[in-house]
Amino acid sequence: MNTPALKDWPLWEVFVRSKQGLEHKHCGSLHAADAAQALHMARDVYTRRQEGVSIWVVPSVAITASNPDDKGELFDPAADKIYRHPTFYEIPEEVGHM
Amino acid sequence: MYTQAMDIPDESGKKLAAVSNAPSDQEAAFEARIDADGRIEPQDWMPDAYRRTLVRQISQHAHSEIVGMLPEGNWISRAPSLKRKAILIAKVQDEGGHGLYLYSAAETLGTSREQMLEGLHSGKAKYSSIFNYPTLNWADVGVIGWLVDGAAIMNQVPLCRCSYGPYARAMVRVCKEESFHQRQGYEALLVMMKGTDEQRAMVQDAVNRYWWKCLAMFGPPDADSPHSAQGMRWGIKRISNDDLRQKFIDATVPQAKVLGVTLPDPELKWNEARGHYDYGQIDWAEFWNTVEGNGPCNKERLATRVKAHNDGQWVRDAAQAYARKQKERALKEAA
Ligand SMILES: [Fe+2]
Ligand SMILES: [Fe+2]
Repeated sequence: MNTPALKDWPLWEVFVRSKQGLEHKHCGSLHAADAAQALHMARDVYTRRQEGVSIWVVPSVAITASNPDDKGELFDPAADKIYRHPTFYEIPEEVGHM
Repeated sequence: MYTQAMDIPDESGKKLAAVSNAPSDQEAAFEARIDADGRIEPQDWMPDAYRRTLVRQISQHAHSEIVGMLPEGNWISRAPSLKRKAILIAKVQDEGGHGLYLYSAAETLGTSREQMLEGLHSGKAKYSSIFNYPTLNWADVGVIGWLVDGAAIMNQVPLCRCSYGPYARAMVRVCKEESFHQRQGYEALLVMMKGTDEQRAMVQDAVNRYWWKCLAMFGPPDADSPHSAQGMRWGIKRISNDDLRQKFIDATVPQAKVLGVTLPDPELKWNEARGHYDYGQIDWAEFWNTVEGNGPCNKERLATRVKAHNDGQWVRDAAQAYARKQKERALKEAA
């Protein structure tokens, strides 16, 4: 118990493509010494039941995230642009599906 | 698996930097989101107490998964067939994975893996008391799958709707894997029940020893769990200890009947008016005594865990040294 644990193993974010044709999706994180080990561990931790056909690992420090405090500034301007959605437009019924 | 009373006080979470003095509009926004049954994500402002509660609960939960590998791990080399051995290895590996999902979720709250492991290894942090009882024979392994994982599933399914996003997502992953754990245990017992009188007696004996301890896994009665109400208020806990316990009992009685074992509670009987099974008194003194560290296996479990960690030190060191060397080589080649 006096030995340091994973102190020097950086954190990695794991992304898994569940099947060919779909995007990689974030599924969690883990500690590993390097990228190759992170991939190995990601396989064991996140894909024990064929949950994936491809894995990405990214050092967590390499991710730049938007600040939740800026949420209003970033995302609210889109709220009043309802003309960006198809439902904004009224089309006569006889036209059918469009 | 494996959660118990997840409001058992321990030291974890106390050392987190206080993010206090937040303006009240942040607090109001947090409360509003909770009230609207929204989710809280790591970057969002949250009250210190919410953060501390989650760190304590998620780390206890993670420790329980990790220590939970030990009682069954003891039986991997003694499983009665290659098939059962492969199944048990897969289950124990799952539990290790559950621990890792949960440690990661806890780390998003600002605690570190080292802090959590230190808490576990020093005995300051708690884990589910059910693992402080011995697994005496192969029937115990089946009973753990059926009843202990069964109880854990009852506890964990509502946690998939926990207000803290990373915890809820980890629980979705965990719950998907748990169902196999319970079914393999039950099936192993069914096989034993078709065997000799002696094998049937082993199953009954294991059920007798584990039944009450599984009921205690849900934690103290609602009247005696002061943190519970706050946990419910915050959407961390969705169903009370007593309600979960009742659900577990109601689900398990018919399973016991099919299996052909008796649950060791003379007061267990259907109550038509309540629409539930009534049950007898749980020995809470024994529960707390085990939580406090005086159960039959507390010392052994902790010692085994610490030894495993220390024995793995050279592997971590070697991986570290290799990574450093690779990096240096890459730099040299680039120069
Ligand atoms: Fe588990
Ligand atoms: Fe499990």
